[in-house]
Amino acid sequence: MSPPYTDSCPSVKNILLLDSEGKRVAVKYYSDDWPTNGAKEAYEKAIFTKTQKTNARTEAEITMYENHIIVYKFVQDLHFFVTGSEDENEMILATVLQGFFEAVGLLLRGNVEKREALENLDLILLCIDEIADGGIILETDPNVIAGKVASNSLDSASSLSEQTLSQALATAREHFTRSLLK
Amino acid sequence: MLGHNSQSEYSPFLGIEKGAVLQEARVFNDPQLDARRCSQVITKLLYLLNQGETFTKIEATEVFFAVTKLFQSRDIGLRRMVYLMIKELSPSADEVIIVTSSLMKDMNSRTDMYRANAIRVLCRITDGTLLTQIERYLKQAIVDKNPVVASAALVSGIHILQTNPEIVKRWSNEVQEAVQSRAALVQFHALALLHQIRQNDRLAVSKLVTSLTRGTVRSPLAQCLLIRYTSQVIRESGNNTQTGDRPFYDYLESCLRHKSEMVIFEAARAITELNSVTTRELTPAITVLQLFLSSSKPVLRFAAVRTLNKVAMTHPMAVTNCNIDMESLISDQNRSIATLAITTLLKTGNESSVDRLMKQITNFMSDIADEFKIVVVDAIRSLCLKFPLKYRSLMNFLSNILREEGGFDYKKAIVDSIVILIRDIPDAKESGLLHLCEFIEDCEFTYLSTQILHFLGVEGPKTSDPSKYIRYIYNRVHLENATVRASAVSTLAKFGAAVDSLKPRIFVLLRRCLFDSDDEVRDRATLYLNTLGGDGAVVETDKDVKDFLFGYFDIPLVNLETSLKNYEPSEEPFDINSVPKEVKSQPLAEKKAPGKKPTGLGAPPSGPPSTEDAYERLLSSIPEFANFGKLFKSSPPVELTEAETEYAVNVVKHIFDRHVVFQYNCTNTIPEQLLENVTVIVDASEAEEFSEVLSKPLRSLPYDSPGQTFVAFEKPEGLPTVGKFSNVLKFIVKEVDPSTGEAEDDGVEDEYQLEDLDVVSADYILKVGVSNFRNAWENMDPESERVDEYGLGPRESLAEAVNTVINLLGMQPCEGTEVVPPNSRSHQCLLSGVFIGNVKVLVRLSFGVDGAKDVAMKLAVRSEDESVSDTIHEIVASG
Repeated sequence: MSPPYTDSCPSVKNILLLDSEGKRVAVKYYSDDWPTNGAKEAYEKAIFTKTQKTNARTEAEITMYENHIIVYKFVQDLHFFVTGSEDENEMILATVLQGFFEAVGLLLRGNVEKREALENLDLILLCIDEIADGGIILETDPNVIAGKVASNSLDSASSLSEQTLSQALATAREHFTRSLLK
Repeated sequence: MLGHNSQSEYSPFLGIEKGAVLQEARVFNDPQLDARRCSQVITKLLYLLNQGETFTKIEATEVFFAVTKLFQSRDIGLRRMVYLMIKELSPSADEVIIVTSSLMKDMNSRTDMYRANAIRVLCRITDGTLLTQIERYLKQAIVDKNPVVASAALVSGIHILQTNPEIVKRWSNEVQEAVQSRAALVQFHALALLHQIRQNDRLAVSKLVTSLTRGTVRSPLAQCLLIRYTSQVIRESGNNTQTGDRPFYDYLESCLRHKSEMVIFEAARAITELNSVTTRELTPAITVLQLFLSSSKPVLRFAAVRTLNKVAMTHPMAVTNCNIDMESLISDQNRSIATLAITTLLKTGNESSVDRLMKQITNFMSDIADEFKIVVVDAIRSLCLKFPLKYRSLMNFLSNILREEGGFDYKKAIVDSIVILIRDIPDAKESGLLHLCEFIEDCEFTYLSTQILHFLGVEGPKTSDPSKYIRYIYNRVHLENATVRASAVSTLAKFGAAVDSLKPRIFVLLRRCLFDSDDEVRDRATLYLNTLGGDGAVVETDKDVKDFLFGYFDIPLVNLETSLKNYEPSEEPFDINSVPKEVKSQPLAEKKAPGKKPTGLGAPPSGPPSTEDAYERLLSSIPEFANFGKLFKSSPPVELTEAETEYAVNVVKHIFDRHVVFQYNCTNTIPEQLLENVTVIVDASEAEEFSEVLSKPLRSLPYDSPGQTFVAFEKPEGLPTVGKFSNVLKFIVKEVDPSTGEAEDDGVEDEYQLEDLDVVSADYILKVGVSNFRNAWENMDPESERVDEYGLGPRESLAEAVNTVINLLGMQPCEGTEVVPPNSRSHQCLLSGVFIGNVKVLVRLSFGVDGAKDVAMKLAVRSEDESVSDTIHEIVASG
C-alpha cells in the first residue's frame, strides 16, 4: 500500500509528449500503473482521444481518467501531458507541466513543433530527465531546466557563461541536425 | 521506404530499423571516437526504446558494453547521453560492476554536472552491495555547495531508503544540514528525505514541523510538503486541546495568504481534511477556494471545485455560500469542472431547491459526454434517496433522459438508478416500473431489455394491478429479436405463476408463442405451459413450479459447463446435484468490487444482497454445515494480516442460530511456494461460551489462487454471544520451481501468526432499513419499549459519539440521521435492524453534548420481542 498522499512527496506518474495524431514523440513513465508497453500505449490513446477536442492552447487544461489526474497543454502539433495520482495537488502538476513545455520552448528556440522536436530528440529526452527522477520532482523552473540541458550539449567543457544560452542551443542543435541528416 | 515527399510525414527517424541501428552502434568501439556520431546513435537507440521497441538480452548486453567504452571520450554532451542510455538499459548486477569505477570517478569529478549525474545513475542501477563503498561520497554530495549535486544525492537517498533504510539513516546529520540550505529545491529534497528517515518517530517529526513552521521555507514545493507533514502531526496528536484550539492550525491558516497558488491550495485542502473540522476552521479555507472558482486558470477552478465537492459530502452547509459561483460553472468549457459543479450543487441542495436544479441540469445534460452524464445520474440517485418525497420530479428526470440518445453504459446507469429507487422507495415502484416498460418499447440494447423483463417478472406481479404490464411484455414477443422474445416468454410465465386470476390470459399468449420461429422461444413456451398446467384448469401453482420460476439458480455456470462437458450419454441421467457449488476465486472478485455502488439490475431485486447469497450457497454446498440451519448473517471480510505480507488472510463471520462459522479466505502471495493442508488453529480461551465443533482444512493453496478454510463453533442458541479468538495459520509448505511450476515432494510444516478476531454484538444484527421510521415505530408494540439514559463521557465530537454507537449496534441508520450537522449540541439518530431469530428492532437515540464535550445519550428501543429490547440495552451498557 502506498502511504496516504498527505505524507508523501509531490510526484508525477508520467510525462508524455505526443504529436497531433497521438503518436509518441517522447514519453517517460515513473509508476508501475502501466506495466507493459501495450498498457502505456492504451493509456496514451485514451487520454489523447479524451483531450483532443479541448482547447488547451492558451491555458493548461485538466481532466481525470481512471484514478489519475492529467494536466495538459497543446502547442502547435505537440501535445504535452503530465499525469499524477488523484490525490496530488493539481497546481503542483500544473507547475511541472509548465516547466516542461516552457523548457522545450527554450530548447527549440520557440519552434515548438513535432519535426523540430524529433530533430532535437536528445534535448527533449535530457529535458524530461532533468524534470523528474523516479517520479520525484527535480526542478520546475523552465530556465534552469533548459540551462542544465544546454550545458550538457556543448562540445567541450567550456562553460555556459562564455556563450549566451541561445548561442549554445544553436550550436548544439546544428550539430545534431547536420549529422542526423547525413 | 524513403517516402518523405510529404512534409507532414517527415521525421529524422523515418525508416529507422533496430538491426541497422545496432550495427551502427559499432562506432562506439572505434579507437578514435566521433563524439557527435556516437551521440546521434545513442539518440536513435533511445528513440527505439521510447517507441516501445525491446532489445533481447544479448542485444542489450552488447549495447551496454559498447556504451561503457564511451567513458573514454571527454565530450560532455556525449557523456550526458551515456548516462541516459545506461539508466534506460537497467543493467544486471554483473554488468553494473563494469561501469562502477567510471561512475565513481565522475562522482569525484570537478565538473558539477558529472558529479550530479553520476550519482543519479549509480544510485539507480546499484543493488545495495555497492552502497557502502560509495556512501562516503554520497554524504559529501548531500552538503555539496552546488545545489544540483546536492539535490541529486538527496533524491537518490529517497529512492535508496526504500531498499536500504539502515544506510540512509546514517546520513541524518548531513540531511539536516541540507534542510537549512539556501537553495530552494535542495531544501525541498532534504525535507522530503529527512521526513522519510524519521517517519516512524512521531516526536522527531513533530519537532521538525515545529521548528520549520517558525523558520523560513524557501520554495513553494517545500512549503506544500511542510503542510502535508503538519497535517500528519495534527492527525496523530488526536484530540483537540481543552481550549478547542488546534495546534498548528494558525500555521495552516497563514499559508492561505502565501503568494503561491500551489501553497494556498495545499493549505486549503489540508484544512478541509482535518478530522472533525469545525465551521470556524473551515471558513477561511472555503473563502479562498471560492475565489479560485472564478480563476481564469482551468486547473485552479478544477482543483477548487473538486475539493469543495468533497467537503459537500460531510459539510454541505459550509459550501452553500459558493452556490452562485458553482451555478456559473455549469457552463464551464471544461466539462469535468461543470460536472463537479453540478454534483456539488446536488449535494448541497435542500429539498426546496431540487426542482430548480433539475431544470438547470436538463439543459446541461444535452451537451456533455456520456461519462459525465453517468456521474450526474449517480448524484441524482443519491439525492433521491436523501429526499424520498421528491421522488416524483427526480424519477421524471430519469425517465426523460432515458428517452434521449445515449450509449449503453449511460442507459444502464439510468436503468440501475430507477431500479434502486423502486427498491428503496415503495411509493416510486409503480411509476418506476411503468417508465421501464416504456423504455423497453424502444430499447436498442438487448441486454437491458432482458434484464428489465426479468425485473418486471419479479416485481410486476406484486403491484396493485399486474395486468397493466402484460401489454408491454407481450409486445416484445412481436417486435424483438429472439433473445428478448425468449425472456418475454419467461416473464409472462412468472405473471401466470404468481397471479392466478391472470392465468387464463397468460395461457392464451403463451400458446401463441408456440409458433415462434426460434427454438428457444418455442421451447420455453412449451415448458411453461406444461409446468403451469396449461390444459386450461385454473389451479394454484405448485410450490415446486414457483421455485423453478423464481428460485435462485445456485450453481456457478462455469462449474455446470465443465460438468456437462464431462458427462457421457448413458442410461444414467445427468444429475445437477453432482455439480460442485464452490465458487473458486470469490475473494479476489470481492477485492475488485469494493462494494461501492449498489449493483442495480445485477443484484436480485429483493432480499439480501448477492454476496450474502453467494455465501449461503457456498456454505450449503459443504455437507458438514448442512445441519446448521439457515444462515442469519455474514460479516464483511475482516483482514487478519497487514497489506502485502507473504500470506493474505481475511475472515468472514457467518452467524447461524446455534453456530458460528469462520470462513478464512487465504491467498498465497509467494510464487515459489505451494501450501498444503492449510488450517487455522483457533484459540477460544477468551470466548468461553464457544466450543469448536469442526475445522475444514484447505487441501492446497497455490500461488495467487485464493482458497478457503473453515472453522465452526457451537454457541448458546439465539443469543448474541461475544468473544475474542486468536488465530494461527498452520500449513505444510513446499518449494515450487519457478521455471516448471512443479512443487517438490517434501514439505515443511510451518505456522504464521494472524491477528485476533472478535465476535461482537453487531454480528447478530442485520442492517435492514425501513422507509418510514415513524410509521414503523408506531406500529410496534409500545409495551416492548425500553428506555434508559447513558453517559458516554468526554468524546472527540458529537459525530464521533453517534458513529461509535451505530457501529456498536451494527444497525441501519434511517432517513440520513447518521449525519451530524457541524456544531450541533444535540442530535437524534434513528436505527433499524433485524436481531438474530428474525426479530425486528427499532432504536431511537437522542444525544446531547455539554461544554466539556461530555456526551449523554437517551436510548429508546422497540422490538417484536421485549427480551431483544433488553438485549440492546445490555449491549450498550457493556459496550
